[in-house]
Amino acid sequence: MLAMNYRGPLRVRIDQKPMPEIEHPEDAIVRVTRSCICGSDLHLYNGLVPDTRVGSTFGHEFVGVVEEVGSEVRKLKVGDNVLVPFNIACGKCAFCKQELYGNCHESNPEATAVGGIFGYSHTAGGYAGGQAEYVRVPYADVGPTVIPPGMDPDDAVLLTDVVPTGYQAAEMGGIQPGDTVVIFGAGPIGIMAAKCSWLFGAGRVIIIDQVEYRLEFAKNYAQCEAYDFRSMDDPVVFVKKTTDWMGADVCIDAVGADAAGNAMQTITGRKLMLQAGSATALHWAINSVKKGGIVSIVGVYGPTDNLVPIGNVVNKGITIRANQASVKRLLPKLIDHVQNGRIDPKGMITHWVPLEEVSDAYRIFSDKLDNCIKTVLIPPSART
Amino acid sequence: MKNLEKNYSHIKGWGIDADPKNDPTYPIKLRTDEAQKGYHWERPTQQPITTEILHSNERPNVTAVFGTPLPPKGLSGKIRRYAFQFSENSYGHWLPLLLADRVDEIEGVIDDLRQGHVPNFFAERGWKAQFKHNPKAIATKVAVGALLVTAVVAYLRRSK
Ligand SMILES: [Zn+2]
Ligand SMILES: [Zn+2]
Repeated sequence: MLAMNYRGPLRVRIDQKPMPEIEHPEDAIVRVTRSCICGSDLHLYNGLVPDTRVGSTFGHEFVGVVEEVGSEVRKLKVGDNVLVPFNIACGKCAFCKQELYGNCHESNPEATAVGGIFGYSHTAGGYAGGQAEYVRVPYADVGPTVIPPGMDPDDAVLLTDVVPTGYQAAEMGGIQPGDTVVIFGAGPIGIMAAKCSWLFGAGRVIIIDQVEYRLEFAKNYAQCEAYDFRSMDDPVVFVKKTTDWMGADVCIDAVGADAAGNAMQTITGRKLMLQAGSATALHWAINSVKKGGIVSIVGVYGPTDNLVPIGNVVNKGITIRANQASVKRLLPKLIDHVQNGRIDPKGMITHWVPLEEVSDAYRIFSDKLDNCIKTVLIPPSART
Repeated sequence: MKNLEKNYSHIKGWGIDADPKNDPTYPIKLRTDEAQKGYHWERPTQQPITTEILHSNERPNVTAVFGTPLPPKGLSGKIRRYAFQFSENSYGHWLPLLLADRVDEIEGVIDDLRQGHVPNFFAERGWKAQFKHNPKAIATKVAVGALLVTAVVAYLRRSK
């Protein structure tokens, strides 16, 4: 089968790889019909995530058709059209019981801090991802969700990560009606977080980034204010000024380790790798939120140290909430929002690319070429 | 809330998930759940361990499922095995893993060559797309390259 193949930082290609097999009685094999490239794939692409082995297949956002199921699979059937949450969760452990499906304790032997994730390095369990024709899906009765009849597969594929992560970013912000929410990062997740902030009753939603076309997109898609931090002397002062010198009620970091905008962070985090990526967005979030406010983090950071202004967290009495989205917990609510037109996931997709052109697709997304917001890869078998 | 609703009536779904009582919203602890008390739950069936799986020393065992496609191998594999003696709390764990990734990259090129495949760096880096959508970046790279070569040639000529 065809699958994306990581060869080292900034080098990926398409190759023939062996077909995945049932390795556990609760496994299923899914034939992929669509997969996405995610902003967090760029952390892998840039070589920032430890234990990203050469030969890996990335891709944690995919939908497809069930081709085969293991002997202990009860609910899922061959032929089912499914969307597969990016977290691999057993449904039985203490953390799954608490609906923390992103923190399952039976899906990632290599690390205890994070659960298993499809195609996201050995630090997240060493699973092959969905940027391929076929993929092995463990715990098939837990994560995979049958796509409701009539739902566009382009909507479904964004329900595997982008919509739930954006939604949970807003949810973790504990937004109260009328609150001012500031979101750092106008990538797909940041834009979705802006959109979802309204569902929690935000009174003002502001998104801050440096890529003009993305700001323009965010303004239209999420009906929010959008500003370029390059036009500001200091984004923190800007937020203070625009909130009558109080600070935002809620700040969301939707950037993570690849943040631009601060030379010291770029050099220590992205060039010298003295910390786990640049923490610029997190700095801005902590320093822009008002005292007693809430900072919500969904940007991906590496497992090692970051230079974070923890003193300000203490002195300002900030609550920080952060996690990988618990996709399965949120799906029923989010499917309803999509079906009732409150969220339009596929409105974010700008590029549909044949899987074979994966190298170019990564370059376009990574360099923000051709006004790219979100890229969907389509395997040859799904293109008839 | 009523007034606010009117102001935001142009945004479909505004306030639909607002619940002032629900703060902090998430995660919610299920304090009565027996499963919270320790590492005891009805574990899923263990996936047969047919290949080398490295596991964090912050847990007693291998998880019930895991990925198998890329077991550690070669020099990078040796470094990875070393790294897994240390906990996720330790530089001894993460820094060797990053080093192993760089070694793996070189081993990957050697593997390619051994299998008679000369890696096409330009294609793998997606330069075709860059050329199409951002020719200026390629032009700059080429120009900088040409300048460097010219400078080196000029320097070598002069030093003769
Ligand atoms: Zn993603
Ligand atoms: Zn679990």
